[in-house]
Amino acid sequence: MGLSVKLLFLVLLGFRDRTDLHRRHRRLAVTGAMGDIIWFFATATCVKLLLAPCYHSTDFEVHRHWLALTSSLPLRQWYSDVSSPWTLDYPPLFAFFEFLLSIPASLLDPSITNLHSHNLSSTSALLFLRFSVSFSDLSLLVPAYLLSASFPPLRRRLTLLLLIWSPALVIVDHIHFQYNGFLLGIFLLSLTLLDRGKDLIGGVVFAAVLCSKHLFLVAAPVYFVYLLRHYCRGGLWTGTRRFLTMGISVAAVFAAAFGPFLYYGQMQQVLRRLFPFGRGLTHAYWAPNFWVFYIILDKGLAFILPKFGFSIPTPKASFTGGLVGDSSPFAVLPQVTPVVTFLLVLLAMSPCLVKAFFNPQPKHIIRWVSYACACGFMFGWHVHEKASLHFVIPLGIIATNSLDDARHYFLLSIVSCYSMFPLLFEPQEYPIKVLLLVIHAILMWMGFSTYFSQRTNTKGSKGYDSTDICKGSGLIGWVGICYLLGLVVIEIWGQFLQPYMLGNRLPFLPLMLVSIYCAVGMMYSWAWQLKQILRYT
Amino acid sequence: MAKTKRKRIGEAAISPAAFAVISLFALLIRILVSIGPYSGKASPPKYGDYEAQRHWMEITLHTPASEWYRNTSSNDLAYWGLDYPPLSAYQSLAHGLILNSSIPSSVALLSSRGFESPSSNRMMRWTVISSDLMVFFPAAIWFVLVYFRGRNQDDGSAWWLLAMILLNPGLILIDHGHFQYNCISLGLTLGAVAAVVSEKDVIGAILFTLAINHKQMSMYFAPAFFSYLLGKCLRRRYPVLEVMKLGFVVLATFALIWWPYLHSLEAVMEVLARLAPFERGIYEDYVANFWCSTSVVIKWKRLFAIQPLKILSLILTISAFLPSLIQQIKFPSDHGFLYAMLNSSFSFYLFSYQVHEKSILLPLLPASLLAQHEPLLFGWLMFYALFSMYPLLCRDKLILQYSATLALFYLIYRSPYRRDGTKRYKLSLPKKALMILLLLSSFVLHLIYLILNPPKKYPFLFEALIMFLCFSQFVMLTLYANTKQWMLSDYLTRTMSEKKNL
Repeated sequence: MGLSVKLLFLVLLGFRDRTDLHRRHRRLAVTGAMGDIIWFFATATCVKLLLAPCYHSTDFEVHRHWLALTSSLPLRQWYSDVSSPWTLDYPPLFAFFEFLLSIPASLLDPSITNLHSHNLSSTSALLFLRFSVSFSDLSLLVPAYLLSASFPPLRRRLTLLLLIWSPALVIVDHIHFQYNGFLLGIFLLSLTLLDRGKDLIGGVVFAAVLCSKHLFLVAAPVYFVYLLRHYCRGGLWTGTRRFLTMGISVAAVFAAAFGPFLYYGQMQQVLRRLFPFGRGLTHAYWAPNFWVFYIILDKGLAFILPKFGFSIPTPKASFTGGLVGDSSPFAVLPQVTPVVTFLLVLLAMSPCLVKAFFNPQPKHIIRWVSYACACGFMFGWHVHEKASLHFVIPLGIIATNSLDDARHYFLLSIVSCYSMFPLLFEPQEYPIKVLLLVIHAILMWMGFSTYFSQRTNTKGSKGYDSTDICKGSGLIGWVGICYLLGLVVIEIWGQFLQPYMLGNRLPFLPLMLVSIYCAVGMMYSWAWQLKQILRYT
Repeated sequence: MAKTKRKRIGEAAISPAAFAVISLFALLIRILVSIGPYSGKASPPKYGDYEAQRHWMEITLHTPASEWYRNTSSNDLAYWGLDYPPLSAYQSLAHGLILNSSIPSSVALLSSRGFESPSSNRMMRWTVISSDLMVFFPAAIWFVLVYFRGRNQDDGSAWWLLAMILLNPGLILIDHGHFQYNCISLGLTLGAVAAVVSEKDVIGAILFTLAINHKQMSMYFAPAFFSYLLGKCLRRRYPVLEVMKLGFVVLATFALIWWPYLHSLEAVMEVLARLAPFERGIYEDYVANFWCSTSVVIKWKRLFAIQPLKILSLILTISAFLPSLIQQIKFPSDHGFLYAMLNSSFSFYLFSYQVHEKSILLPLLPASLLAQHEPLLFGWLMFYALFSMYPLLCRDKLILQYSATLALFYLIYRSPYRRDGTKRYKLSLPKKALMILLLLSSFVLHLIYLILNPPKKYPFLFEALIMFLCFSQFVMLTLYANTKQWMLSDYLTRTMSEKKNL
């Protein structure tokens, strides 16, 4: 069975005979890569278009309002306008992007860019905004091409499957509604450039990403250390010159983005919008990270300690509501403040900073940056579940490096996608999200098992046993399989058994279970990445 | 070594994982189309096919079977009266029971007309999706397994053929967009094909009889089934016995399904009258068949009464499928049978009485089964079949779904594997130029129909243009498929005579 799957995947992904390959010219291989990318992208676009009538979150209205805001108000009012609760809280480059989008929007239907048409739900607005997301996903194509053009066909298609057909990205961008694909495309471009040793332009592109979505700030320390040590090397004179070149280029990007607001003296207002620390430690739905365990431990202690005679006062604040005065939302454990989380993130990513400082090598940069993003996700303040995309998608690039990477990625991408399920809570989208994940998981499984057994076959007996990979338990092992089965159990409990057995009692339980269970997987992934960095880079 | 390798890939051609991916993906596309609009959404007083199906659930649920096809105080036949055979009615009853158990008001007698609510819509959609999953999907998988059995497939095209059958945009759009249950009758037909090709004639006969009893349009395939089965029986040891066996099975299945109406001839005639509404005229709307296309020159409806038209269309239809019928009786073969299905369904589509534009789904089914053999014919037919339904789907506001599923279909039709394949068409330059010209004009016509308003003097100018274009392509494809079918028998006779000479 395993072998047949492998061979089928060769066929499915268009395996060419070796003799056939020899006959082809290099040029043809490149057009083949182009063709593959276009094919993957076009197929994904068809599915994305079909998703247009789906449920969309309030983010849809947020982005529509920003279109109206940027098109009808002068620059100086962008960050001070209060005509809608959905104030602009992305950095200026993204606002410029919205401004560009608003030009065709107002030509198509002026009501889209009307500041006063709140909660517009016309077909033209829906189609325009949905199209704009699918269209801006084109930014994924450039890094995808740069990355995979030199890969052999099977590996190329596998990488495209992980990047372009990512179900989590489809769920967040094309159902829930956001522009992550567009931003991640630019982010990946910067990583790809660094990976190829083009440090200066890679740094500039990263600055552009930062000025579009400041959540990527968590990757900045790694970028800084790496560029300082890798780009600004070569003696005092060359080093200083390069440091200045990089500094000026990056500063130019920041000046282009923030300059106008600095000129109007609004920097404080802009920063207040970008960093709203009034929010709580966690989001309403706990993102599956370290703080889930912290909260659960606190709850557990608050439950157990009174039985031993300790008196525990019940906390008045909630985790999600923000810092209300000085009262702590925790009953037993110490209060967590933004500064604590900040320091913890820095501490967690310090191993990779040290590694990047002493041995800056382009081939490790993607792993380091992904790990930094993972640290931000695990220990950050008010993290959204969507933020796991920031390291899952870049890790997709290196998932085909080795069998260990593939194993880890297989598990991580399933957990990350599953943790986004609660974003879509209406019954209509339920089968859609499940199918997206299941199809992707099967394709990934087929792809990885085929690719790695093929690779071991060509490399000879050294390495992994190909039959071992193809066996059902081979790719992720029994622990992994049991963990994934647990995911299914949690889902069945939350969706079907809980309403049936408990009725309306404990309504928070299913979401809590999803958070805790996914947090276990995320914690494993974080630890695995740390181990990998400590051992191999 | 080479042999064992090929055999392994042959096994790989029917890998469960790939079949699962294709089936799940086909299911996903169906669900995605089903969240879009449907025929007659929120448009009183008559609504559309969605309301028709819902209304049948209501009627079959609340009235006895003997009154389903009769005008009574609770069953107004003028309002979407039941006009499909009894199996359709039973299916409506089954689905009506499901709806009744959770949302009774959606199928309440009389008071539920035009009932639409998000949850009832979802349930209605899932009745179609589940029927598709239970009938069409297994039949398609069975067919692909039978098609590739014992073959040394070294290009692993089994998954591709399955994708071609399951991702047929015409079927998806009409069933899950417009709202109908073609997946049941077509799925039963497909199951019958798989059965007879794998020598299970009795099961095939039962399944095909069920298909006819779900939608009388399945009769389009009857000449092909008849001739292929007859041809096969004639080659057996006791031909008369074999024919009688099949005849008995068919009659018994019919009797079982028509049981509530068999007590009197009157009751049977009452149902039959509903199934063949001759008074509705030889054609409706703009369907790309012979009658509608030639009516621009010859006003059939005005020149002739219903009776001579009936006879004329009958003669034309029979003469159109007769060659393929004879071919299959003389040289029954699996491939020839698929061609015969295509030819007989085309002849009905082009010449029979009261054809709907949706009936193009019937020729599409055998064409999709032939996709491996005739990729160009299938790809070409798919495009023009969908184009012929374009005005209908525009009315249903399904343009987004139309373009997306069509594009998706062609992407998979020419998937990377296909692109790398050695089997490429080498067409002569004039043929290529003609094809490009035709495609270009169809694209332009798509846009024109969507954007421009027709001239006041000819309000249906664009529909007529679409109809002419599609009709010309259908005629061409029919001629081509007939020729191909007869070329098969040439080949067979040649190989047979060679064997004799040896």
